[in-house]
Amino acid sequence: MKKYTDTGKKDTRSGFGAGLYEAGKADNRIVALTADLKGSLKMDAFANEFPERFFQCGIAEANMAGAAAGLAITGKIPFIGSFAEFVTGRIYDQIRQEIAYGKTNVKIASSHAGITLGEDGATHQTMEDIALMRALPDMVVINPCDYNQTKAATIAAAKYDGPVYLRFGRPSVPNFTEEDKPFVIGKADVMTEGKDVTIIATGHMVWEALQAAEILESEGICAEVINVATIKPLDEKTIIASAIKTKAVVVAEEHNMAGGLGELVAGVLAATVPTPMGFINGKDLFGQTGTPAELLKAYGLDAANIADAARKVLARK
Amino acid sequence: MATIEELQKTATQVRRDIVRMVTAAKSGHPGGSLSSTDILTALYLEVMNHDPKTWTRDGKNQDVFIISAGHMTPVYYSVLARTGYFPVSELATFRKFGTRLQGHPSIRKGLPGITQTSGSLGQGLSAAAGIALGKRLDKDNNFVYVLCGDGESEEGQIWEAGMFAVFHKLDNLIAMTDWNGQQIDGTVDSVAGEGDLELKWKAFGWNTIVADGHDFESILSAFKAAKANKGTGKPTMILFKTEMGHGVDFMAGTCKWHGKAPSEEQCAEAMKQLQETLGDF
Repeated sequence: MKKYTDTGKKDTRSGFGAGLYEAGKADNRIVALTADLKGSLKMDAFANEFPERFFQCGIAEANMAGAAAGLAITGKIPFIGSFAEFVTGRIYDQIRQEIAYGKTNVKIASSHAGITLGEDGATHQTMEDIALMRALPDMVVINPCDYNQTKAATIAAAKYDGPVYLRFGRPSVPNFTEEDKPFVIGKADVMTEGKDVTIIATGHMVWEALQAAEILESEGICAEVINVATIKPLDEKTIIASAIKTKAVVVAEEHNMAGGLGELVAGVLAATVPTPMGFINGKDLFGQTGTPAELLKAYGLDAANIADAARKVLARK
Repeated sequence: MATIEELQKTATQVRRDIVRMVTAAKSGHPGGSLSSTDILTALYLEVMNHDPKTWTRDGKNQDVFIISAGHMTPVYYSVLARTGYFPVSELATFRKFGTRLQGHPSIRKGLPGITQTSGSLGQGLSAAAGIALGKRLDKDNNFVYVLCGDGESEEGQIWEAGMFAVFHKLDNLIAMTDWNGQQIDGTVDSVAGEGDLELKWKAFGWNTIVADGHDFESILSAFKAAKANKGTGKPTMILFKTEMGHGVDFMAGTCKWHGKAPSEEQCAEAMKQLQETLGDF
């Protein structure tokens, strides 16, 4: 089985900051807006280098979304940045009307997503955001897995003409994908090839899925791990091919069941190759205060639980 | 240069269009459309630097107009048609299945002259501010105009945008409020206690002008003062005092016709009060 090495823990939001800076250097149409979270979104490098293309909006996310749409209408490529909850749930209508409906070229940079935001607690932890953004016609939804992939996805989002929801997180996590590997929107990556069970994961759960595959390997179970960084449009072909091969699928995500990747994959497989499935996600719960590690354990979002789900689904083959 | 008489002639035809469109569609919003008719007529015939032949959504090298109170499509579509953006005959398709003249302005249907979708209230001022920022980045000296409603200004986002435009010194932004004092459920003061918009916009740091929205001389002089404000670093808000339903006696001064279509008989009655000046669609 192909092994991945953590080259040093980094936060995915720093991958966004690095990608934004690089994209901004390459294309002067790129502008960035934030609602009082420049530092948290790691936008400093961009803001310092291109002050005339950086717009502080204050704590007013609704206006930020509308102003970004206006900038996009004039041909700019705006990135708006805030915490995941505040650039989705708080301003869902603005995103729908001003950005998604017109296929307006705005990129929604969504940091501190999921439960691993940690100590701030339930008010700031969203595990509903993918559902909200997925529901919008023509919205591209990307949830990269580590620093390198987040940087590459940011650059790809900047080059794509249309609305993109780009989701990343707060904590330092393993950085294990290839550096500067171009990100292809809509393409899933088969991380390890396997024959017994498929583990489909997105975001922070990809590393956990790889750890789960190692646990399973020690038990003689050969797991295929697929990194689905683009949730919409979904790489159905790769997923269906893997399900046909392994006949057992687990989906792991740092998001609730409702409207998440698990439901999405279940819908695709139900309509094509009905397959026994297991789900690792935030179920139907709000978050709470704790360290990211404590929370992942408490909500069952880790390698041990993914491996367990794989064993259970294998038994149903 | 249009004379006041020519502006009045066009405005009367636009009012006919509004009532006939809403009657034919059996739905729509005549009240606010009639109150903002004179403002939009002056804007498109006399004030704005625009050319329907070269118009594109990005608004390059032209003034841009956004209608934030998106339900006022009858007046918006009529003025666009009467100034050459699309055939006047297309007004007959308003609110019909398959039309480019959707109930609220749609960016997906490709109607010339439409820069942004609106209808969910309180959002157009933000989009206009963003376009004004974009024009400044492009060193494009044209203006961005946006029309809001006074009822609409109960939305918090209007005031977010109010702060943003001042903070970023958008003196190429000219906002207008159709201050007719009415909204769906009654007078603005009885529904939400909005208070004195002039004091509020001044307090937000805007160059604030109050004008009579049914007097073309007052309208034109307000726009002249707004344009002359460029260079001060302040955005302009023109508060146009208007009357909902203006021009049709049984619709005037009441909230009852905010979003209601007249019957054929009522339409005929309105037509007696509005002379056909440019030919009906």
